[in-house]
Amino acid sequence: MDLTIQHFIALAPLLITSATVVVVMLAIAWRRNHAQTFLLTCAGLNLALLSILPALKVTPLAVTPLLQVDNFAALYMALILVATLACVTLAHAYLGDGSSGFPGNREELYLLILMSALGGLVLVCAQHFAGLFIGLELLSVPVYGLVAYAFFNKRSLEAGIKYMVLSAAGSAFLLFGMALLYADAGSLSFSGVGAALAATGMPSSLAQLGLAMMLVGLGFKLSLVPFHLWTPDVYEGAPAPVAAFLATASKVAVFAVVVRLFQISPAANTGVLNDVLSIIAVLSILIGNLLALTQSNLKRLLGYSSIAHFGYMLIALVASKGLALEAIGVYLVTYVITSLGAFGVITLMSSPYHGRDADALYEYRGLFWRRPYLTAVLTVMMLSLAGIPLTAGFIGKFYMIATGVQSHQWWLVGALVIGSAIGVFYYLRVMVTLYLMEKSIRRTDAPMKWEQRAGGVMLLAIAILAFVLGVYPQPLLDLVQHAGLQMLG
Amino acid sequence: MILPWLILIPFIGGLLCWLAERSSATLPRWIALLTMSLELALGLWLWAHGDFTLAPTAGAEPAWAVEFKLSWIQRFGISVHLALDGLSLLMILLTGLLGILSVLCSWKEIQAHVGFFHLNLMWILGGVVGVFLALDLFMFFFFWEMMLVPMYFLIALWGHSSADGKKTRIYAATKFFIFTQASGLIMLVAILGLVLVNYNSTGVITFDYSTLLKTKLSPHVEYLLMLGFFIAFAVKLPVVPFHSWLPDAHAQAPTAGSVDLAGILLKTAAYGLLRFALPLFPNASAEFAPIAMTLGLIGIFYGAFLAFAQTDIKRLIAFSSVSHMGFVLIGIYSGNAQALQGVVIQMLAHGLSAAALFILSGQLYERLHTRDLREMGGLWSKIAYLPAISLFFAAASLGLPGTGNFVGEFLILLGSFTIAPWVTAIATSGLVFGSVYSLIMIHRAYFGPAKSDAVYAGMDNRELIMVLGLAALLVLLGVYPQPFLDTSAATMNGVHHWLGTALTQLASAR
Repeated sequence: MDLTIQHFIALAPLLITSATVVVVMLAIAWRRNHAQTFLLTCAGLNLALLSILPALKVTPLAVTPLLQVDNFAALYMALILVATLACVTLAHAYLGDGSSGFPGNREELYLLILMSALGGLVLVCAQHFAGLFIGLELLSVPVYGLVAYAFFNKRSLEAGIKYMVLSAAGSAFLLFGMALLYADAGSLSFSGVGAALAATGMPSSLAQLGLAMMLVGLGFKLSLVPFHLWTPDVYEGAPAPVAAFLATASKVAVFAVVVRLFQISPAANTGVLNDVLSIIAVLSILIGNLLALTQSNLKRLLGYSSIAHFGYMLIALVASKGLALEAIGVYLVTYVITSLGAFGVITLMSSPYHGRDADALYEYRGLFWRRPYLTAVLTVMMLSLAGIPLTAGFIGKFYMIATGVQSHQWWLVGALVIGSAIGVFYYLRVMVTLYLMEKSIRRTDAPMKWEQRAGGVMLLAIAILAFVLGVYPQPLLDLVQHAGLQMLG
Repeated sequence: MILPWLILIPFIGGLLCWLAERSSATLPRWIALLTMSLELALGLWLWAHGDFTLAPTAGAEPAWAVEFKLSWIQRFGISVHLALDGLSLLMILLTGLLGILSVLCSWKEIQAHVGFFHLNLMWILGGVVGVFLALDLFMFFFFWEMMLVPMYFLIALWGHSSADGKKTRIYAATKFFIFTQASGLIMLVAILGLVLVNYNSTGVITFDYSTLLKTKLSPHVEYLLMLGFFIAFAVKLPVVPFHSWLPDAHAQAPTAGSVDLAGILLKTAAYGLLRFALPLFPNASAEFAPIAMTLGLIGIFYGAFLAFAQTDIKRLIAFSSVSHMGFVLIGIYSGNAQALQGVVIQMLAHGLSAAALFILSGQLYERLHTRDLREMGGLWSKIAYLPAISLFFAAASLGLPGTGNFVGEFLILLGSFTIAPWVTAIATSGLVFGSVYSLIMIHRAYFGPAKSDAVYAGMDNRELIMVLGLAALLVLLGVYPQPFLDTSAATMNGVHHWLGTALTQLASAR
């Protein structure tokens, strides 16, 4: 096929991000400078974000058989880029400046994050198994490096290796699954597979096996039970801004492609597989929440809670009709906002880097009386994760329950209700820790450097956003609804 | 425009309290006091000017004394729909009054982080007012859940851990939160179920009360949805199998928290039953009525027995609330107009008397530094006024004629007798146990041999004004309840029509 100017406009976010990768790499080769690298990365990401606007004018448009740029893709591209920007800002505060802060090379972190984000962008546009695989690997491989970025720290290195091995195993499953599916359907495009599956009425056992193996691979990336074992260790070991990236941009991209796959070839989500998905959802919700109960490490706790949250999202995936698409969009947006805020607070608490992250719960005792604003942010995030009204998380949970009720998934709705009741317990535990009064504590805000303040301002903005979306979610709903309808049409 | 202000005033006042903490420690108290006075004044103004013969009734478009509507989330047809009728007005007056009292009673008790404390206190009250005014089911749920967070903070941060250290205040606060939050989610599922049933039959997606009233439900679905609502309200009321959070929360909460919990938060559940569960699902409620009444009966006796066995004075009062709410539950599900009117009076009277008892036990705690009845005794001559006033409120709590509690219980029993004579007869004997635990409380605390020779400070003006004011109101409610009855008459007639019709249909079908 011929590539016209339209195709380039549609692809602009990807192209600009790729160009940024090259520019940042050359800039590092030319002169090592933390601030310069950070600014270049930010500029590139912002440009990519802006380029989504002209791209929307020419979409929906298939660019090569691999990629489809449409409103759905645009929404998730924007989400990934915003999340990446936030992580980059946090990373800048985290790595620190001058002699204090991170002892190793700082600049390559940006390079790796950019590449990973590029993989995410490819993934949300993918409409072909080849595109899916390229995107997924581009997303995951730099993350190995990112997780182990503080390699002189044993935990970070261990987490990196663990993630690499398990992720590679996941990818192997995925490839095998694709091969089996190809053997059955004779096509690698989502629509081709969908048509082939639908034609037979009931997917053959070969196709089902293939789909199941793909599910294993994707389940690893989304850390769904029973493929969740790596999550807490990796979250704990990874440097805080990387954990934020892993929890947000990386998972959003994978979930988006799964949604697209199931929407284009609905036959993939029928029969036994649908039941399997339901079981995985219930298990993820219950086990994720139960294991989070006893954690005294905030990063591990958030890791388990993310397992549960993706379990909630599976409810909509299982339903996959009616409100489902919208619900997933809204939930992902609120989840990204909330996770960024929560990990952001951890990052700022650990900034600048000083050997280990401030992630033990006792370090947060009485934080409110020392750093009121940071605590306010974390409080809003905890409430949002728990899905309490006045926060964005409530709107997400409301959508999930609505979807479950609409599609009569009573077991899943029941699991959600029980899961949130358990969840409230540990979110509250974190929250009340922040406010515990201790007489010896000075009531002052610890001084921050300007780069930390930049992160702080961003966090406050995120907290305000979480609050505003909780009180007046209409703009978000309009946006997501728009993104959903285009894709179906 | 007055209705949104009723909700906004506490929220804004709370924020001001927080900001004012920087300049002085007493400023937040004055701001909070002013806020709640304004709230009460607005309520009284509405009472003087509103037409409370307007109330929703079966088979007609609901009419309201004051109404406010503003589109909120168009996607789901959710609007900021607030409305006021006699019942909600009385509840708001109670909220305003107890709000003032909870500020006053923490004047000396709370010394740490005064601003943040009052922020939480004001936000609870704002959420409660929201619950009493919301007519959009989404909004109702929104406020219902929202008020839990500040209440949680109030108990967890300013509460008292029990003496033996077994039950910490954080344990109590978390238990309270999880019970109410989980039951609230079940209600949310039921709300969404109702909305989707309505959507499937009419094609309009809306959370509006007046529209959803007209939803046609099959009996099976109606029963399930009613249960969803009932569970949420039963936890908050509390009805016996779901009550275990209440004594813990009360015992561990600061005085202001207990006052709000017993005085207002429990009433939101009764209000929810009257406003939502019965009118939305009249047939299922009629079918469910015998079970609900039995639960009410169990509550009366269980609460009374456990109250008798308590050694912690606040737990005792907490269990007495369980017992009193049993009467309310019986009254509500009898569907009789008289009994329903009695429920309103009982709610008001219990709000006042329980609040007073909690305030008094708070004052006792400030002097003795214990709430354990075993360490009290012989206090009658040692604290000026306090024992005598306690005796008055204990008598009110057991339903002495001349107090509002008597009027409430009498009307409930009188009205219910025509519907369910056996239940009523058994419930009446529960009053005896009410006197037993009330009097034993007085006896253990104030009579018998003294445990120490210390003489305690008498009551100061602030403390006296609070409880004497409550006593006066309680007597007024007991001697001349007519203005209150007139205000709520139209609303209760509406509820009576909904449930009464369904009850007679059910009876004739059998």
